[in-house]
Amino acid sequence: MAKKILTEYINVPGIDTFEVYRKHGGYTAVEKALKTMTPEEVVEEAKKSGVRGRGGAGFPMGMKWSFLAKPEGVPRYLVCNADESEPGTFKDHHLMKELPHLLIEGMIVSSFALGAHKSFIYVRGELMYVIRILEKAIEEAKEKGFLGKNILGTGYDLELVVQPGGGAYICGEETALLESLEGKRGNPRNKPPFPAIKGLYQSPTVVNNVESISNMPWIINNGGDAYAAIGVGRSTGTKLISASGHIRKPGVYEIELGVSVDEFLNSDEYCGGVRDGHYLKALVAGGSSVPILPAHLITKTANGEDRLMTYESLSDGGFATGSMLGSGGFIVFDETACIVRNTWNFSRFYHHESCGQCSPCREGTGWMEKVLHRLEHGHGSMHDIDLLVDISKKIEGNTICPLGDAAAWPVASAIRHFREEFEWHVTHPHEATQPGAVYMGSAALV
Amino acid sequence: MEETKPNLFKITFDGIEVEVEPGTTIMQAARKIAEADRSHDALVPPAMCYYEPLKGTGGKCRACLVKVTQGSAKDTRPMPKLVPSCITQVQDGMVVENTTNPAVLEARKGVVEFLLINHPLDCPVCDQAGECHLQDFAYEHGAAKTRYEEERRTFDRHDLGPYIQLHMTRCILCYRCVFTADQITNKRVHGVMHRGDAAEISTYIEKAIDNDFSGNVIDVCPVGALTDKTFRFKNRVWFTKPVDAHRDCPTCSGNVTLWYRGEEVIRVTARKNEWGEVKEFICNTCRFEKKNTSDWTIEGPAKVLRSSVISANKYRADLVKKPDFALKLANSQYKPIDDSRSYTTDQDQIRQLSIENNDKANHRSQLADKN
Ligand SMILES: Cc1cc2nc3c(=O)[nH]c(=O)nc-3n(C[C@H](O)[C@H](O)[C@H](O)COP(=O)(O)O)c2cc1C
Ligand code: SF4
Ligand code: SF4
Ligand code: FES
Repeated sequence: MAKKILTEYINVPGIDTFEVYRKHGGYTAVEKALKTMTPEEVVEEAKKSGVRGRGGAGFPMGMKWSFLAKPEGVPRYLVCNADESEPGTFKDHHLMKELPHLLIEGMIVSSFALGAHKSFIYVRGELMYVIRILEKAIEEAKEKGFLGKNILGTGYDLELVVQPGGGAYICGEETALLESLEGKRGNPRNKPPFPAIKGLYQSPTVVNNVESISNMPWIINNGGDAYAAIGVGRSTGTKLISASGHIRKPGVYEIELGVSVDEFLNSDEYCGGVRDGHYLKALVAGGSSVPILPAHLITKTANGEDRLMTYESLSDGGFATGSMLGSGGFIVFDETACIVRNTWNFSRFYHHESCGQCSPCREGTGWMEKVLHRLEHGHGSMHDIDLLVDISKKIEGNTICPLGDAAAWPVASAIRHFREEFEWHVTHPHEATQPGAVYMGSAALV
Repeated sequence: MEETKPNLFKITFDGIEVEVEPGTTIMQAARKIAEADRSHDALVPPAMCYYEPLKGTGGKCRACLVKVTQGSAKDTRPMPKLVPSCITQVQDGMVVENTTNPAVLEARKGVVEFLLINHPLDCPVCDQAGECHLQDFAYEHGAAKTRYEEERRTFDRHDLGPYIQLHMTRCILCYRCVFTADQITNKRVHGVMHRGDAAEISTYIEKAIDNDFSGNVIDVCPVGALTDKTFRFKNRVWFTKPVDAHRDCPTCSGNVTLWYRGEEVIRVTARKNEWGEVKEFICNTCRFEKKNTSDWTIEGPAKVLRSSVISANKYRADLVKKPDFALKLANSQYKPIDDSRSYTTDQDQIRQLSIENNDKANHRSQLADKN
């Protein structure tokens, strides 16, 4: 059995209560950190662990913490990003509803490390019941003296606030999240300045994902080095993968980074393979924003090496033949999936979720969606395919926040790897618009 | 005794060296180059959202993207992405490419296209025509043809109080009016609702902006989205004559520009500098209620802006200074720009341009305007 750092006790009945969580070693990291360590030592363990941000970008967490500005007399904040809205990603939801105390324990330890006395968990607005679970857990922790004033008699104070979002994907972008938290419209900010210098209320702020922070209790209890011993190279530790699509066992799995894609996809411990009677066509490995991969580049890289579930291996080959681990939203497509339709669907999402501040994303996402809609419905032309590539290029890299890139990449990669299928929609509009019609390769065209 | 000078930063912009104070943005450095030598005007990145006098503006439209090929003398690496010149501060030894960089021109052409795909192109019935920054921007940096074949997004027109009309369909969401409203009133009544390409400027539930200075949103608007209802359909700017004037006003500085048609004052605006920016906001009384010459002390003809159609031969292709590279790029990728029109008067040019480019859209919006 693979090592479980986050989910070892997830199936224990009552683990969402303080008593049961405590009985399984809960809150020992708070005791250890607050009573025997300095904040700097906690940051040092996070650095040693090599744990990388689990929200998508994969930036080393300890390094991010060490960038936090520490001007005199200015408060510092820790904000947990629990806005999880990326299509295909549903791991934070699972973690928070099953193990609310794990996140709270992580928040206490991390806040202590950063010298924050008021920390926030910004939860996706649709997850009202999760918000209630978290609030109940916070009450319990407060009653037991793990939150509030003078925690465990150490003199350290921490208030933890759960803030529901308004239901916008863009508020998962860290600076939009901060704007929203301040009670404003969730528009991403231009960077620099980065949140580590000027974040919430213009004060130094760290924003981290739920899963990133939930790793901290284990790292404190077992040491950063023990964490770094798990995984491969710079992909240390374990990762939650939310697997969905045409597989036998969709769900959330904790993997050791470095498991091969083949094993994750096909073994019975995880996805259990593509559903019976069907075969693999494509994979979106890390949430809807990352490039889609065709079957021949999924379990092997372009060089013929085994592709592993690591940051490095999944992005091997760059965007030409690789993708990204992203937030771990593993979406599998079998041969019944129409790539054009799926690309249109993704692009509809980004059009809907663009905040509308910068022109390339505001206008470009809508334009791509309309052209894809036309192609999918049999009214496209060959020229439209190149047009889509050009629009995506003009958005990519030219916007305020990465939502522009996230909208451009799926379109560009789908055309890169499945151009024939797009062309088939142009040359065979009648066939392509039949219910359930899917391009089956050039052989089927005869 | 030696004077203590602040340490100046030296930067290179399109091959021209300039020394500026730390904290200066790339855009301001470029403007400084142009202010020293007017032949460099065409090097200054276009600004559709940045508005120097308004705190917080910039960074949104992406019209001003430039390439930083050397971050600073200390860190000589190029910046990986194009950066918005209006909000990116210079570093000592920074090297910036604007009109000399193909990627910049390509991206800018993209921004023009993005701003136009949902624009109604109703210049012939728009009061802003002739002093519209979007017209200039498209003319100077865009392609001659659109590749957009879909429905354009439309909104209904709204009155924002008795004096101002919002024609949201023309808005480019530069947020300038939002910052203006924010900075002149302490009540938040004017802002943005919804998101993406459905986002719209709104005074919540059509509440009029009730403030002595609300009329300034008209002047800061780069397009014809916010227009002066007392001027609506009165005339075309290129038929009017701007004259600087002042009055003793208890509310504002009273320094304005009067726009004459014959003997009649048909519009009052604040004065704009060479970059189209208002430095002194004026009050609504001066703007909307003082339309007699006898209300004012006349100073003389207003300086005509670079961006105004009133400036001679603004759109004459043989006189328009385009960066060479931009022309080459335009020629190589799209159909050649039709530069062979004959030029008689400014009016003809404008009319001709509008007719050529906007036939269909005009027709539609004229019909709509009639209703
Ligand atoms: C459009 C957009 C949406 C995002 N949504 C989320 C999200 O829902 N949850 C999350 O943790 N990070 C999200 N991110 C990434 C955050 O901006 C940020 O990188 C992350 O919260 C940092 O935490 P980490 O370093 O622990 O991953 C999003 C980014 C973008 C551009
Ligand atoms: S890229 Fe899109 S979502 Fe991000 S700031 Fe620009 S318009 Fe908003
Ligand atoms: S109404 Fe005018 S000033 Fe306001 S955001 Fe739109 S274009 Fe800018
Ligand atoms: S002027 Fe710089 S982004 Fe708009």
